[in-house]
Amino acid sequence: MTPETAIIASLLVPTIGGLLVSVTGARPNLRESVTLVTASALFGLVLVAVWPVASGARPAVTLLEMFPGLSIAFKIEPLGATFAMIASGLWILTSVYAIGYMRGHHEQNQTRFFAYFAIAIASTMGVAFAGNMLTLFTFYEVLSVCTYPLVTHSGTAEAKRAGRVYLGILLGTSIGFQLFAIGYTWFAAGTLDFTEGGILDGKITGGVTALLLTLYLFGIGKAAVMPFHRWLPAAMVAPTPVSALLHAVAVVKAGVFSVLKVTIYIFGFDILATTDGNTWLAYIAAATVVIASLVAMRKDNLKLRLAYSTVSQLSYVVLGAMLATSSGALGSAMHIAMHAFGKITLFFCAGAIMVATHKTEISQMRGLGRRMPFTFIAFGIAALSIIGLPPLGGAWSKWQLALGAAETGQALLVGVLMISSLLNVAYLIPVAVCAFMPVPETVASHPSPSRGQAAWHIEEAPLLCVVPLCMTAFGCVVLFFCADTLYAFLQPIVTGSAP
Amino acid sequence: MIAAQLPILQIVIPLMAAPVCLILRHAFAAWLLSLVVSVVTFAIALALMIQVFDQGTISYALGNWEPPWGIEYVVDRLSVFMLVIVAGIGALVMPFARQSVEQEVPAERIYLFYVMYLLCLAGLMGIAITGDAFNLFVFLEISSLSSYVLISLGRDRRALTGAFNYLIMGTIGATFYVIGVGMLYMMTGTLNMADLAQRLPDILHLKVVEAALAFLLVGISLKLALFPMHFWLPNAYAFAPTVVTVFLAATATKVSVYVMIRILYTVFGGNALFDMLAIDEALVAFGMLSMVAAALVAIFQDNIKRMLAYSSLSQIGYMILGIGLGNVAGLSGGIVHIFNHAIAKAVLFMAVGCVIMRVGAVTIADLAGLGRQMPMTMAAMVVGSLSLIGIPTTVGFVTKWYLIEGAFENGNWLAVAVILLSGLLAIIYSWRIVESAYFQDPPAGRKEVREAPIAMQMPMLLLAAACIVFGVGATWTMDMVLAAAEALVGPGEADAVAMSKSLP
Repeated sequence: MTPETAIIASLLVPTIGGLLVSVTGARPNLRESVTLVTASALFGLVLVAVWPVASGARPAVTLLEMFPGLSIAFKIEPLGATFAMIASGLWILTSVYAIGYMRGHHEQNQTRFFAYFAIAIASTMGVAFAGNMLTLFTFYEVLSVCTYPLVTHSGTAEAKRAGRVYLGILLGTSIGFQLFAIGYTWFAAGTLDFTEGGILDGKITGGVTALLLTLYLFGIGKAAVMPFHRWLPAAMVAPTPVSALLHAVAVVKAGVFSVLKVTIYIFGFDILATTDGNTWLAYIAAATVVIASLVAMRKDNLKLRLAYSTVSQLSYVVLGAMLATSSGALGSAMHIAMHAFGKITLFFCAGAIMVATHKTEISQMRGLGRRMPFTFIAFGIAALSIIGLPPLGGAWSKWQLALGAAETGQALLVGVLMISSLLNVAYLIPVAVCAFMPVPETVASHPSPSRGQAAWHIEEAPLLCVVPLCMTAFGCVVLFFCADTLYAFLQPIVTGSAP
Repeated sequence: MIAAQLPILQIVIPLMAAPVCLILRHAFAAWLLSLVVSVVTFAIALALMIQVFDQGTISYALGNWEPPWGIEYVVDRLSVFMLVIVAGIGALVMPFARQSVEQEVPAERIYLFYVMYLLCLAGLMGIAITGDAFNLFVFLEISSLSSYVLISLGRDRRALTGAFNYLIMGTIGATFYVIGVGMLYMMTGTLNMADLAQRLPDILHLKVVEAALAFLLVGISLKLALFPMHFWLPNAYAFAPTVVTVFLAATATKVSVYVMIRILYTVFGGNALFDMLAIDEALVAFGMLSMVAAALVAIFQDNIKRMLAYSSLSQIGYMILGIGLGNVAGLSGGIVHIFNHAIAKAVLFMAVGCVIMRVGAVTIADLAGLGRQMPMTMAAMVVGSLSLIGIPTTVGFVTKWYLIEGAFENGNWLAVAVILLSGLLAIIYSWRIVESAYFQDPPAGRKEVREAPIAMQMPMLLLAAACIVFGVGATWTMDMVLAAAEALVGPGEADAVAMSKSLP
């Protein structure tokens, strides 16, 4: 199988998988097997497709011509390859987790859930492999629409309201701003292909460049830059597997990935150097980082706290992109990977806690660590990665981002990165630590009568939930040691366009 | 042999089938005849399309009397595009119609329904194919009069007033049109469109000719329900039998848009006219106004048919905006929206017809719980709604793309913003359908609901698939439309053409 065929297959396989899931709904075990087989097959296909990228090849294939002169085309480069590998790899783990969660939580409409999940992953692959802005936009929009049934899964009035916010913000920003920007890019540049060094060189002037960049940034609502971030906390009404994969990995990463692609391959660093607009946008991203962290500290609901944490972390990536330097861009790209593993672990833990204990508020989780040690240890590891401490992967991406900010002489931005690390500590560490604190009324609440204080009555979530979260936590550690491989893999995205 | 006579057969077959239906007097026989005739008409339209691709514009002299004295049928790319759309919708509506009409039209009048339908079809096809200005008026009146009757056949008594209102407005529109044609005849001595196009540039500055243009434009604007002359449309669509709404929403106003393109670009010379009189700016303004105002009103409608009617008004604004932009990209956007909106609206109204068939009611609240009970129908409705919003991979996006391109070429950033805004408004009014169907439980008193009959589902699902197929691979439609637009806009637009295709 050639990489080109693998690209097309990586879009077809999850779609067909989704259709197969929808017809095998009557036999849950068969349906679950379809999901798992599809996920594994997809990961294999993605590996085949991206393998040549490490040695400098750029597999490309055109699917069909949508308009005369504009095609749905795919072209893999290191950034897209990384994103695709993360999304498809984590889909396998999330599928295992979702099976445990949906059954443990006795959820309704599981067939619809797994079917749309598969289609959402197919759209994510389309975004990752996109070779021009039209393709990216197409799959970006399809992703918004096909995740709506997942977000509104429970069908309650609250879910409906959340769905309105979700779709309203995502479609509103993409149609209102992003399409405007894409249309203008096409008009000005005559092409929408992602090219090293950008396609706008010499085609637009300084003021328009800043305006266009702003339209793109706010138009890519999935990057959750304030004030268009409200959809993320609203989407927490979805079942936790959705929050874990889509809103920690696929949907939000599609957003920041798009921001990076636009910065590097549509604009290019040269033209961004001619305008001050990106500095202002970097400040907006920095503000988002800090404000979202502050809001996170105030949230008692664990998923909401993690949602705002995600908003904050996404703006790290946006910040790095807006710096318009090699280090910044590489830091952003690495952070996509590091944050994905860290955040998905945190969400997995939140879901495991919900399934095992039906608790959602952090204030209720004191002492739970003794019941669910694996979960909370994994939580702690992932939290350290988000905070950016060695020996977890997040340390490297934070370091790289700080380097990029320092290079541009933006002391304020470096300060923001440091402060936000402290804020991350403030809102993540207490969750893990309090879980291992003794609960005052131990004797009364614990069923185990003898030596209640020291009793570790382990009652974890179902195994299908716990194993994936341990694996992703382990992944955070692995990423620390593999960071240089990742760095070397990603290096080519900037060597063609570094100033 | 027959191939040479296709242009006249295109009109004669439905036209002559109408009195045969009248004689038959039997509901099923009338339907069967209409079905056969519609399919044959569609086949002829396709054959004409192939001929036009091979040979270029076809010119057919009626009765072998040479133009400009004789009536000439001119089939160029734009005409054949319209013919295929109208005939295609007709052919797809017929299988849908049998059961829907049985439910909504009194039994003793069903054969009359098909008589009028065939006349309407013949009239609309005639408008699209003729090259003579007065002949166009004749067909305009044939199609209009038959559509008044079609609308009045609805069960709701307000159908009569709706039809009467439409009759008054439509007759005013047609009368204005014929006054305009009369003035042109007086000044040029000819009724043939190509001949007029040759003679008008010399006298374009005369007040009489300007007055004639004004009459023509206002008359046609009444027929295509351009804001603020749109008041007849919501009631006409809401109270007519659903099949009539499907057919008229997808064809009648579009054909009037076609007439406007013909008048402005073919007869009066397009950009040459726009250089003298700021008609294009007026059209852009009215188009933008339609797009936003109608969408805003649609948001507050409870009756689904009225909501979709206002949505149609908004979409017509897109087409007028495209015409007013005056460049290849913009005009292509307007022309392709004729097709895109036809199929999207047909899907939506067919879905409404299916719902009425099973549930019997028409408000958005009545859709409660149908997401589970009528999944295919609701899925088709979702696809149609996504197309109205303009999500990529649906046909609505194709229109948006070209309109935006055309607006940027004119430097009209406001138009771009309005196009995007109306897409966002479409989200608001169409998502109410989704929420009602999928988030509400069925009302307590409702009996168990099955899906609509297969004969009604098939055309609807076929069109829904078409919304996606032509949205993903729009090259087929766009090649034809771009060629048509280039022919209309003229040679001065070579730069715009180069911009609208990718540079090597």
